Amino acid sequence: MSGATVTLLYFARLRESLGLAREELALPAGVDTLQALRVHLAARGGAWAEAMAPARKLRAAVNQTLALDDTALKAGDEVAFFPPVTGG
Amino acid sequence: MNVRVQEADFDIAAEIAAMRRGNPRIGAIASFIGVVRDINDGDAVSTMTLEHYPGMTEKSIGVIIEQARGRWEVLDALVIHRVGTLKPTDQIVLVVVASGHRGDAFAACEFIMDYLKTQAPFWKKEVTPQGARWVDARTSDDAALERWRQGSG
Repeated sequence: MSGATVTLLYFARLRESLGLAREELALPAGVDTLQALRVHLAARGGAWAEAMAPARKLRAAVNQTLALDDTALKAGDEVAFFPPVTGG
Repeated sequence: MNVRVQEADFDIAAEIAAMRRGNPRIGAIASFIGVVRDINDGDAVSTMTLEHYPGMTEKSIGVIIEQARGRWEVLDALVIHRVGTLKPTDQIVLVVVASGHRGDAFAACEFIMDYLKTQAPFWKKEVTPQGARWVDARTSDDAALERWRQGSG
């Protein structure tokens, strides 16, 4: 689905290394899963390539529920990327 | 069932008294308090700041409590998690579970805490003499979670 806009959120160490907490992104054609989105963001290069690298342990949530790589994305979704959690 | 994320401290005695009075079928109440230590990975910790994902935090803890209710008799449950800047000896998290009998209360309380450690979106950043650093997730927390999965069949 080309042109669908999603809200992206970044937390903790990830937010600091990217220097960004939130953005709106129009999904390019073919970027329709969490995994595809991560690859797309890594392609921005620099801190993005490092933070989104496949070897980097990241968790993600879609609409505030933990989600797996193959989760499909649609217009209006709230997508969050963050490091493994350390509460409690 | 009650989930609160707040900067303010909490009073376990007042919380338990309120829960106990709320339901005469309660026969057992188990509780857990997490506290800020003054040392982590060998370094002195002066302060710790907790960040969370507003909205998802409350939602994910609510799901964890529902999972506990599916496995044990849970008459009432309360989770309070603090955010913001804390110092050693401060309380971080409170879990209270009420049941008819102690076995269910103990098990559900530990289950909720183990799931919270690995599923709820909180992140700790601590200040040490070497500077500020984000706390890494522990593999021992994943192992604690795995016990419940094996037990679930």
